[in-house]
Amino acid sequence: MNGRFVRLGETARANVSIVIDGHSVEALEGDTLLTAMLCSVRYVRQSEFGEEKRAGYCLMGACQDCWVWTDTGERLRACTTVVEAGMRLVTTQPEAQWANLAL
Amino acid sequence: MKRAQADVLIVGGGFMGAATAFFLRRRGKSVILLERQLIGQQASGTNFGNVRRQGRLLAQLPLANRSREIWLRMPELIGHDAEFLMSGHLRVCYRSEQADMFETYAREAKHYNLDLEMLHGDALRKRFPFIGPEVLAGSYAPIDGHANPRLAAPAFGRAAAKLGAQIFENTDIVSVEKEGNEFRATSADGRTFHAPVLLITAGAWGSTLSEQFGEPVPIAVHGPQMAVTEPVPYSIAPAVGVSSPQIAEVVYFRQVARGNIVIGGCARGPAFLDARRAKVLPHSTLLQFRQAQRVAPALRRLNIIRVWSGVEGYMPDDRPIMGASGTTSGLFYAFGFCGHGFQLGPGVGDTMAELIDTGATSTPIEPFDIRRFAAFRPPAGSSQSAQQSVPAT
Amino acid sequence: MGEPRIVIVGAGPAGVRCAQTLLAAGLRPTLIDEGRRDGGQIYRRQPDGFTRPYAKLYGTEALRAQDLHETFTRLRAQIDYRPQTLAWNIWDKKLHIVRDGHASALDYDALILCPGATDRLIPVKGWQFAGTYSLGAAQIALKSQACSIGRRVVFMGTGPLLYLVASQYVQAGAKVAAVLDTSAAGARLRALPKLLARFDVLRKGSALVGALKRAGVQMYNGIEPVEIVGTPDEGVSAVCFRTASGKIEQIDCDAIGMGYHLRPETQLADLARCAFRFDTLTRQWLPQIDELGRSSVPGVYLAGDGVRVLGADGAENAGRLAAHAALIDLGRGAQAAVLDALKREQRRMDRFREGLAQAFEWPAQQAAKLPDETMVCRCEGITAGELRRVIHDEGAQEANRAKALSRVGMGRCQGRYCGHAAAEIIADAARVPLEQVGRLRGQAPVKPLAIATVEETE
Repeated sequence: MNGRFVRLGETARANVSIVIDGHSVEALEGDTLLTAMLCSVRYVRQSEFGEEKRAGYCLMGACQDCWVWTDTGERLRACTTVVEAGMRLVTTQPEAQWANLAL
Repeated sequence: MKRAQADVLIVGGGFMGAATAFFLRRRGKSVILLERQLIGQQASGTNFGNVRRQGRLLAQLPLANRSREIWLRMPELIGHDAEFLMSGHLRVCYRSEQADMFETYAREAKHYNLDLEMLHGDALRKRFPFIGPEVLAGSYAPIDGHANPRLAAPAFGRAAAKLGAQIFENTDIVSVEKEGNEFRATSADGRTFHAPVLLITAGAWGSTLSEQFGEPVPIAVHGPQMAVTEPVPYSIAPAVGVSSPQIAEVVYFRQVARGNIVIGGCARGPAFLDARRAKVLPHSTLLQFRQAQRVAPALRRLNIIRVWSGVEGYMPDDRPIMGASGTTSGLFYAFGFCGHGFQLGPGVGDTMAELIDTGATSTPIEPFDIRRFAAFRPPAGSSQSAQQSVPAT
Repeated sequence: MGEPRIVIVGAGPAGVRCAQTLLAAGLRPTLIDEGRRDGGQIYRRQPDGFTRPYAKLYGTEALRAQDLHETFTRLRAQIDYRPQTLAWNIWDKKLHIVRDGHASALDYDALILCPGATDRLIPVKGWQFAGTYSLGAAQIALKSQACSIGRRVVFMGTGPLLYLVASQYVQAGAKVAAVLDTSAAGARLRALPKLLARFDVLRKGSALVGALKRAGVQMYNGIEPVEIVGTPDEGVSAVCFRTASGKIEQIDCDAIGMGYHLRPETQLADLARCAFRFDTLTRQWLPQIDELGRSSVPGVYLAGDGVRVLGADGAENAGRLAAHAALIDLGRGAQAAVLDALKREQRRMDRFREGLAQAFEWPAQQAAKLPDETMVCRCEGITAGELRRVIHDEGAQEANRAKALSRVGMGRCQGRYCGHAAAEIIADAARVPLEQVGRLRGQAPVKPLAIATVEETE
């Protein structure tokens, strides 16, 4: 596992498959989306105003740092969203054409 | 007891007051600017931020044109651009009646050097791909734009101070009187400010002061309903607004360079003169959500992170009070800009400075003369200053 | 008179005990909670399918946690319980809520706000790098997800939570490199008289420190954070700090959990127009309450960490007191003896709170003197230098003006994590007392609200 978070136990849970930046990764049932992502990758989004990647901060839905983009341009707050099979996330900013209805 | 003296006394430190102070200093007049809170905190700092000529009363276009020239020169004039983005203004509609109105307006506005482009249906959506299928037509003003209201008035205030204007913030004026040839404003802590000329730029509180000189006006007080989204990639260039006979449909939005999308319209909220604040009604915000999605469906995906309002003054004929007093020599007014004064700010400042300095102005402002309300009497038993107390929540 | 409508916000210790008290008085309150499950933060429940027993999850507080959870399980069917529901606005005696993308409004005769607290933070250079978390986050990762926030963790800041989370990590098998406390070692001794108000908690705290030392965790007191070392792409790689003796040290790590005790979530109290007063002890603005939890607004009551950080026990007590206040005001008064006992208990909690604030002092000067290049507002990416510029060059001396001109506090979190430190910087740069800087004015929505939200029309 290349992720940032380290699982310390409770691994006897069903697998849940999601896609991050086009790559399939495995999470466990009961993970939040943030946990699911960070057990496989080391960040979940790009800062809007700086160069740095971000990986969440408060884990309690207060800081709003972990809002991620789905690959269809939807918004999810990762730490308060339970992971579901088939979720498709991107860790980069969407293209500037996000508002373009023709795309 | 402190006493201050100048050529011109200005009561009300919003955009109009700060800009006039700046331009008066450039004409060599000494200025005292009095503000109860901080420069630019009420309507000046909380409005939508449109810097547009399109859609204005035709009689207001000369003033808007004059103001636009100054917007373009703000960096060299005051060292600040207030984040002015000349990214265009797009007025859209759902019904053919409004589309016809756009055409008529475009023809007439051409006489005032306002060039507008009409776009319909697919052509509109091809040009602005975020526009939704419900929108029928649009009128596009390529050289209109928008700016940051939080920054503009304070920037003019600082520039005026740098040129030597005496600016007194956190100064509550409790009375304004004329004695002989001199106006005297007295603050709550007993300081007095004196000048032979007085300009009232007190916004929603303007009539409270004009009433002291026998010229009350029927000003109504409302709060703009504003919201802003999280920052997202910059994708929507023009400021966009809906034209409709139904106020609930009149939503507008603009995306700033940093990516946040500011949303306003659809309703006016309650504003309270005594408490100096205004409220965004929860229903207004939810209504704006619905209406914004009709114009640009992709907005549906975003979150708003904050709402805000401020105290704005509205006149019943949708025109401001601007010009000389009808009762008192040396007294001038510029207030009550009906929620559309932001673009006019620099122009109003320049025009009022010219009027005060020379006795006349090249820009026609007769439609805004206070004397059009000469017959108005405030309702018996109520002073305008006692308007509305804040309800308990 | 029909049954009074009582709405409680928050299903943590305060809200649950409040609901229990109201239920015992024959009422059926509405209980709104943002989370999926009851328990709040301190007694946050693990998801279904997790198997760790209470003793492992909550340590010495296991019995209290279990009691609270079982209490709620028993009463949830008898109240109007609305989980996953955000209270986002208050106006005209209605609480505005949203659930699953649908917005509606609740009338109330009494509104009891128990929204809890978040960590209180001070920025440090590099805290924007991936791998930096609050102490609360580190605890949630462990308690609720059985994860460590990294392979080699440093905990930094001050407050009892610092030691609690560190020791929980060690016990769970995570690698903890160090615990860095900004408070001086002697501070706890000086605060001892007030800390003794809750001897049992004090005792547990001392045991924690001992256990950490035995586990080989490097422990430092009286430190000053200097920098979280890292890169934009890789995130955190080390933490750099100044020891009490002035020496610069650096410890490798890939995750930091940081916090300086807690700050109440006061946004709903603000929207309800409750009066605030400046608390000189903790250098922050807190909503005013009387000894039962009545706010300055009739019909609005405040309880738990959302108004005074007293911990779970204090929150449970406060929840009961607020319920009694509402009952009294609605003409269904409580027995004086019951009230007296609760009030006495609350006063004891308050003395402990004062002791904690003394023992684990908010390092105001460290915040005030943050280097210019430190990012203060994480949401908007605004540095201390940019904040100081609007004070020195643009005359800002007050929190909301500084926000309007610099954007500090204007981002998604609306000043939760930058507000307190920003106020210290403003006070220091403008040379005015901290109280004069004021506080960021709360604006709706309390948390981001989706434009897709649909208004329910009755």
